[in-house]
Amino acid sequence: MSILTVSNLTKQFGGLVAVNSVDITVEKGSITAVIGPNGAGKTTFFNLITGVYQPDNGNVQLGSTSLIGKKPHDIARQGIARTFQNIRLFSNVTVLENVMTGLHKQLKAGLVGTLFQTKTVREEEKRAQEEAYHWLEYVGLAKHLNEDAKNLSYGAQRRLEIARALATKPKLLLLDEPAAGMNPRETRELTEFIHRMREDLDVTIVLIEHDMKLVMEISEQIFVLDHGVKIAEGKPAEIRNNVKVIEAYLGKSAVTPA
Amino acid sequence: MHKLTNKLKGNKLAQIILLVLYVLVTSLSLYLAQASVTAFLLMLFSLLILYYTELPDRLKWVIAGVVLIGVIPFVSSTGPGYQSYMEVATVVGIYVAMALGLNIVVGLAGLLDLGFVAFFAIGAYTYGIFATGQAANFMPFGNFPLSGESFWIFILIGCFVAALFGVLLGIPVLRVKGDYLAIVTLGFGEIIRIVFNNLDKPVNITNGAMGLASVKPPEIFGYQFVYPNQFYFIVLGILLFVILAVRRFEYSKIGRSWKAVRENEIAAQSMGIHLVRTKLLAFAIGASFSGMMGVVFAAKQTFVDPTSFTLLESITILVMVILGGMGSVPGVILGAAVITILNLQVLTEVTNYLNQLSLDGVISFPEALAPAKMQRFIFGAILIIFAIYRPQGLIPAKNPVFDEESLKEGSKKHRKEQITVEPDKGFQA
Ligand SMILES: Nc1ncnc2c1ncn2[C@@H]1O[C@H](COP(=O)(O)OP(=O)(O)OP(=O)(O)O)[C@@H](O)[C@H]1O
Ligand SMILES: [Mg+2]
Repeated sequence: MSILTVSNLTKQFGGLVAVNSVDITVEKGSITAVIGPNGAGKTTFFNLITGVYQPDNGNVQLGSTSLIGKKPHDIARQGIARTFQNIRLFSNVTVLENVMTGLHKQLKAGLVGTLFQTKTVREEEKRAQEEAYHWLEYVGLAKHLNEDAKNLSYGAQRRLEIARALATKPKLLLLDEPAAGMNPRETRELTEFIHRMREDLDVTIVLIEHDMKLVMEISEQIFVLDHGVKIAEGKPAEIRNNVKVIEAYLGKSAVTPA
Repeated sequence: MHKLTNKLKGNKLAQIILLVLYVLVTSLSLYLAQASVTAFLLMLFSLLILYYTELPDRLKWVIAGVVLIGVIPFVSSTGPGYQSYMEVATVVGIYVAMALGLNIVVGLAGLLDLGFVAFFAIGAYTYGIFATGQAANFMPFGNFPLSGESFWIFILIGCFVAALFGVLLGIPVLRVKGDYLAIVTLGFGEIIRIVFNNLDKPVNITNGAMGLASVKPPEIFGYQFVYPNQFYFIVLGILLFVILAVRRFEYSKIGRSWKAVRENEIAAQSMGIHLVRTKLLAFAIGASFSGMMGVVFAAKQTFVDPTSFTLLESITILVMVILGGMGSVPGVILGAAVITILNLQVLTEVTNYLNQLSLDGVISFPEALAPAKMQRFIFGAILIIFAIYRPQGLIPAKNPVFDEESLKEGSKKHRKEQITVEPDKGFQA
């Protein structure tokens, strides 16, 4: 069963076609990778799914609901969460509160309830703290709960972003270059961790990544973008030997013997 | 000195004794002195000392209550300066509430608003129009002026009307961001003032530049509030509510969404936060505090005209927030107190002193250089100095500290509910 269906998706920036008639189907419960050289349109693709940009053409469907025309917060409420290539944490806010913000859409507290601190609101707040703490434990950041997010190490910031995204209880989790800036050990841990997330949580994962070892190890399906166009799709073994893909990454001369 | 503070740290008894001693000494000097501004300022300073003691929060509130409700009004009541002290304290209270309102908009939600005084004006005119004969000009029914007893309801009405205007202003204005937002809000602030200035024709609603005179004083069970020492308690009551509200909002779902929007709009939206609604709520709540105090201001002055709501007022409130510490409730309270007292007391006192000197022929002192006329210069200087040397303000904002042990207990529940695998096997930090 497919959870995400993208058809004919197109986005132009002036004369540049950043995403060009892309069709992609993601199976529920799978781990899918989107790869491609720099500037291929991968991040733009994520931004189109999450409503940061509106597409010029095409359709995006989560399950059976179309996401076209929806605002980012609506799409988040539909069950899509993401991390960002250039980490976007709430820097001057504590680590725990960053994750609590992820719980936003599940909390019911209103203006009046907050003002009078009703029992329900107090209990809900307490539960939110506990749940947020639980997600910190899950990504291994529990002992940093009271630190400001900006004071975390780079790798820890990426994990915090994942924890915050998980707190929204997503059906679909989009990770934009989660291993960027991580050392080999951290990358290995991340690979394991992505597997575990899929096992533990009922979540489908799509990730953009440049680290080919990680991509090949982890993904069941790979899509390759180049200059906004989908040039290949398939299992890791198929992609590894795909002529077009090698061409896109290494140039024509790599495949045509001189 | 350093040794002394170290010894004091952790010793609550010593802190209490010192605080009580300090309050006693300043009270006594205020009680005995004839209108000594210094004694009054030192008295107020005790609240700051209280803030820095390590007493439990509840006790601090009780002590602050005793000082504000009992000690200050009582010990200053003997001298000839009584009403002027109470006037200063009342005005400080009004500005503190406004600065706390602006702090929500600027400090928590990160929206630079340069026209904030508009909401104060809206509150003031709301009461001013109905508590004078003015409303009879355009209201088809009703008996105007309304009695002073309506004042209490008007605090609520002022609150809601200002909040409503906060939303109405927000809807068009929040399409722009950053510097543009600042400029648009600045324009809005001026527009409101100019509208009030010109709304005397075709229908005379605000009485234009003439303003509204003899606004009815508040009244309850036949008891009238006319003097500053009476308004002092009204302001104190509202202020208590405002501080309580701000603190509760700040550490709630609402406060977190404000901060999220301030820190990163795109990430905030990806958490399901409705950007426009969150910003509008900040505008509305911030405005509502100003609206309430506007009503009090109109009643206290018994006179409302557009000149009280100039751009300089908006800037003054902003300076309070920046000086005190953006996003910091105690900081903003201190900032508002410092700036108001500087404006009302210090600058005028220094001016008087210099004038006296030049009258005596000790120095020759040109009128144009009077400190009371140099507000803009002084605020500008404060802003620059703080931007360079202490951008986080006098009392920087503090994030809450959560108790890890109790959360650890609680989080086990969630583990059972959602996740089957032991969490410790994940990332190892
Ligand atoms: N907001 C924008 N305005 C104009 N051009 C944009 C915008 N966002 C992206 N682009 C352009 O679209 C193209 C695709 O960018 P995108 O960020 O999607 O690439 P990417 O595949 O994520 O690359 P990388 O691997 O470097 O992250 C680039 O040429 C980029 O300059
Ligand atoms: Mg990218």
